[in-house]
Amino acid sequence: MDSLCLKDIRLYNFKNHESLELSFSDKINCIVGRNGVGKTALLDAVYYLSMCKSYFSSNDKQTVRIQEDAFMLEGNYLRSDKEEHIKCGWKQGQKKVFKRNEKAYDRLSDHIGVFPSVVIAPKDHELIEGGSELRRKFADQVISQSNPAYLDALIHYNRVLLQRNALLKMQQQSGKRDASLLENYDFQLELYGNQIFNARQAFAQSMQELVQSYYAQISGRQEEASMEYQSGLQDYSLLDELKKRASIDCASGYTSVGIHKDDLQWNLKGMSLKAFGSQGQQKSFLIALKLAQFDFISKKTNIKPILLLDDIFDKLDAQRVEQLIQLVNTHHYGQIFITDTHADRTSDIVKRINEESVIHELN
Amino acid sequence: MEYASRILEESVDEIALLPGIGRKTALRLALHLIRRGPQSSRRLADALNKLADNLQHCSRCYNISDEELCSICTNPARLDKVLCVVEDIRDVMAIESTSQFKGRYHVLGGLISPLEGIGPSELQIESLLERVGMEEIEEIIFALGATVEGDSTSFYIFRKLQGKTVKITAISRGIGVGDQLEYADEITLARSIQHRIPYEDSLKR
Repeated sequence: MDSLCLKDIRLYNFKNHESLELSFSDKINCIVGRNGVGKTALLDAVYYLSMCKSYFSSNDKQTVRIQEDAFMLEGNYLRSDKEEHIKCGWKQGQKKVFKRNEKAYDRLSDHIGVFPSVVIAPKDHELIEGGSELRRKFADQVISQSNPAYLDALIHYNRVLLQRNALLKMQQQSGKRDASLLENYDFQLELYGNQIFNARQAFAQSMQELVQSYYAQISGRQEEASMEYQSGLQDYSLLDELKKRASIDCASGYTSVGIHKDDLQWNLKGMSLKAFGSQGQQKSFLIALKLAQFDFISKKTNIKPILLLDDIFDKLDAQRVEQLIQLVNTHHYGQIFITDTHADRTSDIVKRINEESVIHELN
Repeated sequence: MEYASRILEESVDEIALLPGIGRKTALRLALHLIRRGPQSSRRLADALNKLADNLQHCSRCYNISDEELCSICTNPARLDKVLCVVEDIRDVMAIESTSQFKGRYHVLGGLISPLEGIGPSELQIESLLERVGMEEIEEIIFALGATVEGDSTSFYIFRKLQGKTVKITAISRGIGVGDQLEYADEITLARSIQHRIPYEDSLKR
């Protein structure tokens, strides 16, 4: 397994950092400081360099420092024992630029997955609370990092879906129905839908076991944690169902079945995690999920992602945190970043587990 | 913006309706015409008048043409039995410039896209089906873009042609000539591998 380590980073006008420069340990790095000093922003910068976007803000405009119109990030990595330099520049109204060893990428998607990272943050809670599209997005993101054909099928599927819905609305307005054109789109939805369905099914299967075992390790309990992929395609052929529901779809003006309706159902002891899980159980499950994602990516890409643990004491007691840090201190994991507001609390635990851990204090 | 002349403003309004041209560019073009003198404006106007009055679509293949039938349809050296289906005249020009295709064309005039309000009836699909019934066509080649809209349109026509004794092919997609494998994107490369051809065929010209 190849290793990946961010040796140092420089931030200019990124979130609340005007200018920041730090060097890191290749194992555990703790970033401590009061609220609002930019601990999470620093983690986000690391994530940005690896995924070409922010984990915490949906829009690049929210990533740039207030009243500035450009930011820059720069990092030196050691990847498979080779020095690599990644630089990212963003300027209002211009295309963002990513450079690897001074050479700009033509497409950002070529960079995503090459310097992988996995985040565990309080924000993940929306995966449980939020709508199914967030869980589909999570699955899509993880799968497409290691499977470019998946992303292609997904883009095609969504485009066909858009055309089909437009056709349904058109037919609604004109009152005329062209069944053969509608069927035309049904065939294409079936073609791409099945590819996506198979990949998601395989993904859920390989994640299931990992989630189960990580959940037990983190929570210290033998509760059965399960992840169930829910898709209509398990029960029927998409083509048949689209045909069957054609008149319903025509009346509503949108496509009521397909992989855009899929969901991931998460359970503890067979009960819905969302409805019955305690805050602590939900948090443990999310961590298990992210660690499973870590394994999935590292297995597929043969490189250990950088692990970013934001606000680690969120909803976890000191003992759980210690268990978690014990777990990720093994050589199964590579470089780790941890943020917390209490310098003493974190350094106590971390130093006990790994003496070489480095504490970076922001102020 | 205030224009000193109503007449100028009228021209600018019309020019600015063209795709990719804003009001500033339109003004620059109008002033350029004025500077070059009345002759050049008149020549442009004449050309546009002819475009409006005399240009027609070939009644057989629906390519743009000066006559009832276009020069490709009237050319006796072209093969009747192979028909290449394309989106518009630009594709005809592109394929013609390869001088590899000796058959005839059928120009759809667009691709099926409900998003843009274009259905099959807006395109020359019915006329294509008629041609297949009337003419001695043995092979139809789909030469449409590698997009969802291109694929949908090909597939729609393909299904309409089911039951007809005509061979249906599509132009191949894959690695560009002169490209190196390592620079090809994964999707294209994956497709090239899936749709590989017997090596013998690649030797034929």
